[in-house]
Amino acid sequence: MLGYLLKRLTYTVPITLAVTVVCFLLVHIAPGDPLNAVAPADAPAEVVEALKAAYGFDRPLPVQYAKWLGRAVAGDLGRSVATGRPVAGEVLSAVGNTLLLAVVGGAAGFLGGTLLGCLAGYFHKTRIDRVASAISVVGVSVPHYWLGLLLTIIFSARLNWLPAMGAGPGGSGNWTWDLAHARHLVLPAITLSVIPMGIITRTVRALVAEVLSQEFVQALRAKGLRDGQVFTHVAKNVAPTALAVMGVQLGYLIGGSILVETVFAWPGTGFLLNIAIFQRDLPLLQGAILVLCLVFVGLNLLVDLIQPFIDPRMRRN
Amino acid sequence: MRFFVSVDNLSVRFEAAKPVHAVNGVSFDLAEGEVLGLLGESGSGKSVTLRALMRLHPDKVTRYGGAIRVDGQDVLGMAPTALDSFRGKTCAMVFQDPILAFDPVYSLGRQISETIRRHEAVDQATARARAVELLERVQVPSARRRYDAYPHEVSGGMRQRAMIALALACRPRLLLADEPTTALDATVQIQVLLLLRELQKEMGMSVIFVTHDIGVAAEISDRLAVMYGGRIIEQGPLAEVMREPSHPYTQGLLASTVTAGMRGRRLEAIPGMPPDLTALPPGCAFAPRCGLAVDACRAAAPLPVSAGGRQVACVRAAFPGTTKIPRPARDDTAHADHQTSLISLPVPEGPRC
Repeated sequence: MLGYLLKRLTYTVPITLAVTVVCFLLVHIAPGDPLNAVAPADAPAEVVEALKAAYGFDRPLPVQYAKWLGRAVAGDLGRSVATGRPVAGEVLSAVGNTLLLAVVGGAAGFLGGTLLGCLAGYFHKTRIDRVASAISVVGVSVPHYWLGLLLTIIFSARLNWLPAMGAGPGGSGNWTWDLAHARHLVLPAITLSVIPMGIITRTVRALVAEVLSQEFVQALRAKGLRDGQVFTHVAKNVAPTALAVMGVQLGYLIGGSILVETVFAWPGTGFLLNIAIFQRDLPLLQGAILVLCLVFVGLNLLVDLIQPFIDPRMRRN
Repeated sequence: MRFFVSVDNLSVRFEAAKPVHAVNGVSFDLAEGEVLGLLGESGSGKSVTLRALMRLHPDKVTRYGGAIRVDGQDVLGMAPTALDSFRGKTCAMVFQDPILAFDPVYSLGRQISETIRRHEAVDQATARARAVELLERVQVPSARRRYDAYPHEVSGGMRQRAMIALALACRPRLLLADEPTTALDATVQIQVLLLLRELQKEMGMSVIFVTHDIGVAAEISDRLAVMYGGRIIEQGPLAEVMREPSHPYTQGLLASTVTAGMRGRRLEAIPGMPPDLTALPPGCAFAPRCGLAVDACRAAAPLPVSAGGRQVACVRAAFPGTTKIPRPARDDTAHADHQTSLISLPVPEGPRC
């Protein structure tokens, strides 16, 4: 058990390093010179050289990487070209907002998906199953920016029930737990929950149906267990795989949806990435991607660490 | 005489595009403490019959006919809550493959104590102690440690012992065993079989033991019922059925057993294939494969005829003492018994075939 945990922890080291390399190289792989964003195209050669030296672009790549990595570890991701503010601060506040949206939207999606999936799996190949499966297919297939726009039109423009934009009254970026702020969360969270809901429904449906078809379920009934007790067994068998899929989905959600956050002007990472891309703000882009990748790696690690506590077959090998 | 188990004209049909007539009019009685061997090949309806005794088949697609009474209770008419209390308490089942029949994410002991707590008002500590005791009783070494083992962590034989402990957890009066030794190695098979027989004697349970292995059936049963095409075609006391099989199918089965002194000779085999349960012939299901079949066999399914504790469903069959029917020819040196297991059969000595 301890060996497994250590091994799994060790695996994250090369993955994390690889992530930093890719993030670093992104600036150099991206078409165009990174200086284009800073210096005008007709800048004199000595100005360009001076800028290169200032940003360290005149050094060999490995040296640049080492310096960048060293600063990144210390929490310094450079300054945004557009605003001049530290990237780390910008990214962290955006991550906070996205995390909030992802957790709320994800929880809604996972809850709905688990419920629908259990129903569909338990009543496999009945009308209930068909309705639940249809909902899940719609959930996976519907373009969520379109759904977001639709919800905004209905609930904000027509009915005027809920705000359409921002993370709080007056476009404030500082989240607090009150009704005024929570109202801003409703529409983007619903929009975001639709895809994970569909995916979790499909996954749980297949898992429940598969477990129910196994011999041991008949054996449990043969022991005289009631439906509820049998279902506890089924749930414990389904949980490890379902959790793994949820972990990956939560990863995507925390990565932030550029489309949904843009539609609702939610100041999260997706929104930030959108700005960074359009303004060619490379340090901001680099920093945001790095943080998101690390969050993803951490989340996968967390899921893998939780799994052996649920599934005894993973404990001793 | 009131029997402990009484099955009357049981039929089981699975609804599908082509309905499967898995069991078609099975009747048998079983006294308390008696062991019935239900013998038959794959698709003969033996396992379906066994599971019907607990009404384990999925409700949605299964249609039952006839009646099953166990300890005076009407199994097919029971309310769901009464059925849940009946299962595991009055009547328990040992499954064929314990790796499939145990929940993989619960420890073995937990699954046993869970059954105890389901049927008896005891706390977890008591249930645990009882489960450890049961594991010791079925000869699982270091039972206390095995309590916390998961099904994938122990050997096949150990798993089946744990399965037996689970089935016996609430001291059932009827044990249903669905080919409990088929998934095991030959040597472990015998150990498990001996253990089952010992426990049966000790607890005085009635047992219905499904198997396709004549040797195993002979080892454990008091009475033998041979199934074919969803019907019992012959039943009676074990020794008599083994010594003087009446039905041509039973004769064929016994003739196709490997016995001592057969080296170098061809094994008798029954020609043809088992019947298709979605399209059974109107007459005797065995008629298409039977060398003795006449028009009467193909016209209608023969009704079972009883005489002296034996019963056979065959137009051509005759009980000992009445008209003999020609038996498949066998070498007269094949006097050796129908022994397929390593331990001796409780078949009385005497001339065979």
